[in-house]
Amino acid sequence: MNLGQFITAASPYARRVDETFWILNGLSATIVILLVALIVTFMFRYRRGSPAPRRELPELRKHEIEIGWTVATFFLFMFMFWWAGVELLNASSPPKHALEIHVVAKQWMFRFQQPSGAREINEVHVPVDTPVRMVMTSEDVIHDLFIPALRIKKDILPDRYTYLWFTADKTGVFHLTCAQFCGTNHSLMAGQMDIVSKQDYVRWTTAQPQGDDLAHQGDKLFHTVGCSGCHDSKGSTIHAPDLHNLYGHLVQLSDGRTVLADEAYLRDKILLPTRTLPAGYAPDMPSFRGVVTEAQIVALIAYLKSLSAGAGRQGAEP
Amino acid sequence: MTDMTLPFAPVEETGHGSYLDEGHTLVSWLATTDHKRIGILYALSITVFFFIAGIAIGLVRLELIEPNGMFLTNDAYDRLFTLHGILMVWFFLVPSIPATMGNFLLPLMIGARDVAFPRLNLISWYLFVFAGGFVAYMLISGGADTGWTFYPPFSTDYANGHVIAAAAGVFVAGFSSIATGVNFITTTHMLRAPGMTWFRLPLFVWAIYAVSLVMVLATPVLAMSLLLIIAERAFGLPVFDAARGGDPVLFQHLFWFYSHPAVYIMILPAMGVVSEVFACFARRQVFGYSFMVYALLAIAVIGFMVWGHHMFVAGQSQLATLVFSFLTFIVAVPSAIKVFNWTATLYQGQISFEAPMLYSLGFLGLFTIGGLTGLYLASGPIDIQVHDTYFVIAHFHYIMVGASVSAFMAGIHYWWPKVTGRMYHEFWAQFAAITMFLGFNMTFMPQFLMGWEGMMRRYHHYPPVFQIWHVFSSAGAAILAVAYLMPLVYLSWSLKAGARAGNNPWQATGLEWQTTSPPPKRNFTRQPPVSSAPYMYHETGQPRSSDDRRPIRPHGEAQ
Repeated sequence: MNLGQFITAASPYARRVDETFWILNGLSATIVILLVALIVTFMFRYRRGSPAPRRELPELRKHEIEIGWTVATFFLFMFMFWWAGVELLNASSPPKHALEIHVVAKQWMFRFQQPSGAREINEVHVPVDTPVRMVMTSEDVIHDLFIPALRIKKDILPDRYTYLWFTADKTGVFHLTCAQFCGTNHSLMAGQMDIVSKQDYVRWTTAQPQGDDLAHQGDKLFHTVGCSGCHDSKGSTIHAPDLHNLYGHLVQLSDGRTVLADEAYLRDKILLPTRTLPAGYAPDMPSFRGVVTEAQIVALIAYLKSLSAGAGRQGAEP
Repeated sequence: MTDMTLPFAPVEETGHGSYLDEGHTLVSWLATTDHKRIGILYALSITVFFFIAGIAIGLVRLELIEPNGMFLTNDAYDRLFTLHGILMVWFFLVPSIPATMGNFLLPLMIGARDVAFPRLNLISWYLFVFAGGFVAYMLISGGADTGWTFYPPFSTDYANGHVIAAAAGVFVAGFSSIATGVNFITTTHMLRAPGMTWFRLPLFVWAIYAVSLVMVLATPVLAMSLLLIIAERAFGLPVFDAARGGDPVLFQHLFWFYSHPAVYIMILPAMGVVSEVFACFARRQVFGYSFMVYALLAIAVIGFMVWGHHMFVAGQSQLATLVFSFLTFIVAVPSAIKVFNWTATLYQGQISFEAPMLYSLGFLGLFTIGGLTGLYLASGPIDIQVHDTYFVIAHFHYIMVGASVSAFMAGIHYWWPKVTGRMYHEFWAQFAAITMFLGFNMTFMPQFLMGWEGMMRRYHHYPPVFQIWHVFSSAGAAILAVAYLMPLVYLSWSLKAGARAGNNPWQATGLEWQTTSPPPKRNFTRQPPVSSAPYMYHETGQPRSSDDRRPIRPHGEAQ
């Protein structure tokens, strides 16, 4: 393990963060040096009994000084806010058609699942120069995935999806770790991210034990768990919504609101089906909490996504 | 207003000695309603908590010399830093300056006989001790392992320590805080001496007043959120449990709605202390008095609106992140103005460097660094990188420990002759002040570096690449420990052997210095009328031309 695994800036975003950091360092250093110079000068020049002349400033001038440095500080801080805010907004929405990696965190490990279905623990392979989007949830407490080289981190919450995205442009092995205190072995909940060339990524993917990809696993689950009993457009006698072209589209709810059918919405429908009710349907659906695992929900959602392949992908963040 | 004025001692009582001679039994202390004695009771109890918490973190720093630890299990490590956090925040820093110096000095500085509710004042100390009992129980029975932040669902469903005892302790300590706050607000409003208008109040009184407002408004929210944690952990009330429709992030909002203002609870009184000290030892009026007052109030108010900057990575919306980032930059403006004003107070002074001044200069440096690194954390992209790393640890220690404890020590030394009637040993005090400043920087400066590089907080095992910084930091902590122990020794020694101080050894203008040292039980023989602004170390418009001991114009005319 070397320091490069932490401090290398492995994406364009990471380098912009570093730039901001150095600008702040420069400003802070200037302010500190000015202040220290003033304080030390005053300490010597105006030490008790020193011969330095002491002429009082007129009240009016004092006011001007006071207002002067208040306004100057305000504008300096507003500049810093603007700079950092722009940076933040630029990084807020991932490009469309990013490679999606599912992350399930639990005490004290990260499970990563590739779109191909390949699974890894505390290690994840991603291709370079490709937008990657992590869809994350936790099975127990709040965790947080932090990849220092990419300058990104995000909390991983139970019963909720959070997202992280990046486009790495350097290959190599980088550190990843849990940033939110999660109990006894919190400090051991760490691993590595292997950023590899696109060819290596394909090679690596094909070398994994062959199974179905996520969407096909979901398809099977859809039938074995029993979803198809109601949601199959052909043959079902129960009045349940057709799930084709659902993902990524707006849903009209019975209380008049419209919501976007994203991962979080689909997950809620599986676990807490009565929380929201689509217009025109009765609250007949049972909760599948305890019936399906987090990993299976991931597969089911992947299957539902494949049913609306044409749908435009929505941004990860509101 | 006048009907609230408490009776002053009749003249014939003045032959009596100080408040220290009003009984020497244990009962005379434990049943006292004298604000000065209660201040000392608080001082003694927080000193005990400070050193317990210090031992806890001393063990942690020792353990961190090796990347994979030396003598602690993971759970023991978690329990130690949790103990450190809970004790330092709620049992040392929050009551540190308000409950000790605020209690002792607020009535003296405004020319009152006591606080408005002396018995409530005593009750607040008993609540504090009772709360300490919960924490002692937690400690003896094995500790809690949630960190001082109590985040659910870890604290409600997964932690295996004594979370309920810890939360109950903090819950009760909150009431002590509220009682003290209510008392100070009422005292400041109702018991000012004739002529003591709002804009003649010393800045220390303004600071205590502002902090009391924050305590009274913010602490109930902490009480609520901890009660909900207890209810969920003990009785399964599903408030934060997402599986049953609750929201764990809701707790973070509630918790930081208290805990960010709590940072200002810890720093505002410190600002008050150093304002007194700078004026006295530079023999200058505080530069921009009214701006200093408005800055204190602005910090107290805006401090309530910045809690969301603790949740930039918790999945809140971009809009919320931007708004909280903006407000955090705004709250930094009045803090910066205060730094400029203190610096300008030195201009054209007659500066001397007794221990209180050295501690205050230390405060100024450490507060500036702590404040500037706060701007890093207000910037979204930087905060995302350093959130929950040692960078954050270093930042808030610079404010809460570096700055606040320096100011606490400045105050202890400045008012020591007032409280005890004795002088401390000047050389040792100056030596301790400088050691504390150096030890502090050596401990926490490396933490900024490793935090930026990706060293996480609350990590027992850490990547060996950071070992060099941890060794530096632990060495600094050892120096810091010596610097904290030194005052304990020379101050205790001065109680017996220190030179008699006289009533006003610093030639200070404050009302508290116009009475005897130590003050009589009823503070003043008659209520002192106040006829001028504070800090009249020189006539306005006329700087002190030399360091002669020309009498300064006292703030009021006691006796």
